[in-house]
Amino acid sequence: MSANQAITHVPAHELSKKLVSKEISSVELTRAFLDSIQSSNDALGSFLHVSSEAALEDARHADQLLGQKGAKDLHPLCGIPIGIKDIICTQDIPTTGASRILKDFIPPYDATVVAHIRSIGGVRIGKTNCDEFAMGSSNENSAYRPCHNPWNVQHVPGGSSGGSAAAVSARQTPISLGTDTGGSIRQPAALCGIVGLKPTYGRVSRFGSMAFASSLDQIGPMTHCTQDAALALDAISRPCSKDATYQHKPYCYNPDHLSASIKGQTLGVPWTFIQGYANEDVLENFKKQIDFYASQGVTIKTIELPHQRFASACYYILAPAEASSNLLRYDGIRYTHQTKDKESLEAIFVNSRTEGFGLEVQRRILLGTFVLSAGYFDAYYTKARKVRALIRQDFDQAFEDVDIIATPTTPTQAFALGAKTKNPMDMYHADIFTVATPLAGNPAISIPSGFTDKSLPLGLQLTAKHFDEARLFAFGSAHEQAFDHHQKVPVI
Amino acid sequence: MTTFIPTIGLEVHAQLSSNTKLFCRCINAFGGQPNHHTCPVCLGMPGGLPTLNEKAVTFAVRAGLALGCDIQNTSVFSRKNYFYPDLPKGYQISQFDKPVCLGGGIETEHGFVELTRIHIEEDAGKLLHADSALNKSAGSLVDLNRAGVPLIEIVTEPVIQSAEHAVAFLKKLRSILRYIEVCDGNMEEGSLRCDANISVRPAGETQLRQRVEVKNINSFRFVHKAIDYEIHRQSETYKQGGNIEQETRLFNTDKMTTKTMRSKENANDYRYFPEPDLAPLILESAFIEDIRSEMPELPEARKQRYVQTYQLSEYDAGVLTAEKETADYFEKTLAAYNVSAPEKIKKLSNLITSEVLRLLKENHSKIQDIAITPQRLATTLSMIDQGTISGKMAKELLEEIIKTNNDPQDIVEAKGWKQESDPEALKKIVLEIIENNPGQREQYLKGKDKLFGFFVGQVMKATQGKANPAMVNELIKKLL
Repeated sequence: MSANQAITHVPAHELSKKLVSKEISSVELTRAFLDSIQSSNDALGSFLHVSSEAALEDARHADQLLGQKGAKDLHPLCGIPIGIKDIICTQDIPTTGASRILKDFIPPYDATVVAHIRSIGGVRIGKTNCDEFAMGSSNENSAYRPCHNPWNVQHVPGGSSGGSAAAVSARQTPISLGTDTGGSIRQPAALCGIVGLKPTYGRVSRFGSMAFASSLDQIGPMTHCTQDAALALDAISRPCSKDATYQHKPYCYNPDHLSASIKGQTLGVPWTFIQGYANEDVLENFKKQIDFYASQGVTIKTIELPHQRFASACYYILAPAEASSNLLRYDGIRYTHQTKDKESLEAIFVNSRTEGFGLEVQRRILLGTFVLSAGYFDAYYTKARKVRALIRQDFDQAFEDVDIIATPTTPTQAFALGAKTKNPMDMYHADIFTVATPLAGNPAISIPSGFTDKSLPLGLQLTAKHFDEARLFAFGSAHEQAFDHHQKVPVI
Repeated sequence: MTTFIPTIGLEVHAQLSSNTKLFCRCINAFGGQPNHHTCPVCLGMPGGLPTLNEKAVTFAVRAGLALGCDIQNTSVFSRKNYFYPDLPKGYQISQFDKPVCLGGGIETEHGFVELTRIHIEEDAGKLLHADSALNKSAGSLVDLNRAGVPLIEIVTEPVIQSAEHAVAFLKKLRSILRYIEVCDGNMEEGSLRCDANISVRPAGETQLRQRVEVKNINSFRFVHKAIDYEIHRQSETYKQGGNIEQETRLFNTDKMTTKTMRSKENANDYRYFPEPDLAPLILESAFIEDIRSEMPELPEARKQRYVQTYQLSEYDAGVLTAEKETADYFEKTLAAYNVSAPEKIKKLSNLITSEVLRLLKENHSKIQDIAITPQRLATTLSMIDQGTISGKMAKELLEEIIKTNNDPQDIVEAKGWKQESDPEALKKIVLEIIENNPGQREQYLKGKDKLFGFFVGQVMKATQGKANPAMVNELIKKLL
């Protein structure tokens, strides 16, 4: 292990100890990660923009705080680099949403989560690659470049937060932020072998995060381990008055959440649903995880989520519907790409958007516009809303009997680049186990659960009741005590 | 000859006078440096989210209560999606199938006008087109200071029967909104704007015919003109065997006519759906009752109070209370004047309705800014009561106050308008005149009553009109 790796391979909570004990400075640590990015970013494409200057400025500021009295009381992420998905606005740092239409956009404001990170002394190391406007499951819809899976660069890292996942997996940053609408944090976390948390809807402010589907979007951390996810959630779920859907329930980090006993708790498994979609490798891997929890004194219970099979259809009506409206603001008038061909007002709108948006984004805009149109609204949108209510009801009923629900995070391992780009329905199925949770609003975490015989990572998805992230951390932490999947690092 | 019966429904947009915008905390003010009252939210920048202004909701509820609406405990914000450069998000946040108020209405001298609903929505920005007074450049410019300003849209049922009826409704509505201080009602600045849906049908036909929406009518006079023009146009079209298509027309203020803006085929599909960034608006009954309990007195109640307490005529009370500022002015003057006799209050009312309001109009001034302050008007009235000046001098004195912005006492002093009210001095003059005109006195005493006026005239002549007429009358009667 090189000197650099001695730093970059260490999870954030341990780096924090080194910072507080002055074993290392934040500037040194930040430089180590910047070096790591430099050495592997060409191969991986995980970062769209490396904000070295802002990072070193933040690191110097953190070192100042760490040098003062009371450094022990600082937030454990003070001085820790954090990658930020390019969907999330960063003041004076380019933010493109991985879209051509925002090629030159530099926000004059910070997203709330970024402001929180800065206020605790976190280090903005750069903007991570993703699918354009978070629409995709493979990161192949980035307008700038694809991102590669660090475990096998021929394969996708998942999406849409593929860059965030790859960056943590390749140890380019100890933590990154992603956004999850239908699985965009959990699915790439699973495919890259890291931890990814989608918090409860309303736990984290969405202000400053480019809206894809407002009723589903949630920002969350992607980390080596559960403890880091808990620390990051503590930082980003702090109060915000600029998002009316923020529920004012900040998560307060407590080490007891991680060490809490899971013995005697009940874990529900929707076996029928899982068996219908998971491939053999995934199913076999998943059974091992369930066996592990059983061995820890957890009661395993088979449950039914009868409407789960409609989740994907429901999601691909509601999410594009909201997206078609959310993306109207990118109109060629103000801060976006503007066409050269502006013969008429309509030409400005149509040409700017046609030139600026990629094909998948255009597909979803068309889909969403269609389902909201007069004459089709009730058949699609209204019906999907009813199905959504039933899906939520399924979860609520299930949680009357169980504490946690487990499924595989993905139906397959990471697929090869280009394998699914021709068939959008195939691509949409990559989210089959993750789309239901955002429809119901529950929190869910993906934790590394091992590797296929092709050495590609798999993930276990755990879902809890609304605002019960602490239980996810307890289950995740217990798993990490027994396995070392989360410590495995890809060789690039 | 067929007579055509018009049916009109109005949609009135009223800007709420909250300090800040509806969904962000930018200031809500007319004018200003273009694009200076803006932030990432009202500019529609990536990641901007709406947060509802509670004050604006309070104002909307107050308006609903004042107009007799049912306030809904649950209402829902929806997105109205369309592209236009003055609409930065590409959608307007409005209320669609679940508005905050239902029902209600306003009584007018031409009949009651039922309301369908009132809903809350945000205003759009403004476009300054090329080569206009405010834009010398070649392209259109966008000013988003107005984007996100809170509005209520008040929608009437199609029950209005004439242009006069529509204007009467609008005047009452404006008065009420100003009374309850939710909208300044300034039509020139666009704080109150009106669209009209107009159709005509032959007398005897019960079914309403195709309606036409006329937009951009921003004064009472234009509302009158636009409706009359449309009634005429539609009636003539039918008479000539033509057809009226459903369309949106724009009122042209130069020609006082309307012209097609867009036909039904080109109508937008706004693709309304519930705004996912805002939870449904839940108004607890206690919240609504709090607003009701703090409701200021409305024009109709104030008018009735004036009739009962001050014994003013319905007509006078109506004029005084039509505008809140006029009524406030009346009450402030009355307090300074400090009288309770109905005839004195009537005198005060007359002076306001005839002189003060006329002077306001002539000077294009507002009653709250006029040089004739309530204190000065009260002083003027007291001076008349005390005989310092004659009632006839009041008009001239008020004009002089406006001209000089001086106190009435000083003007009377400077102009030498002081009335002769010293009984001894007047007695002396009257005696002198009687002595000098013995013939007339004799004829008067023989019964030629008309000659009384002669003596009055002589006294006035002798005093250059400054003699207190009441005292003169009394003295002449006594001394003759």
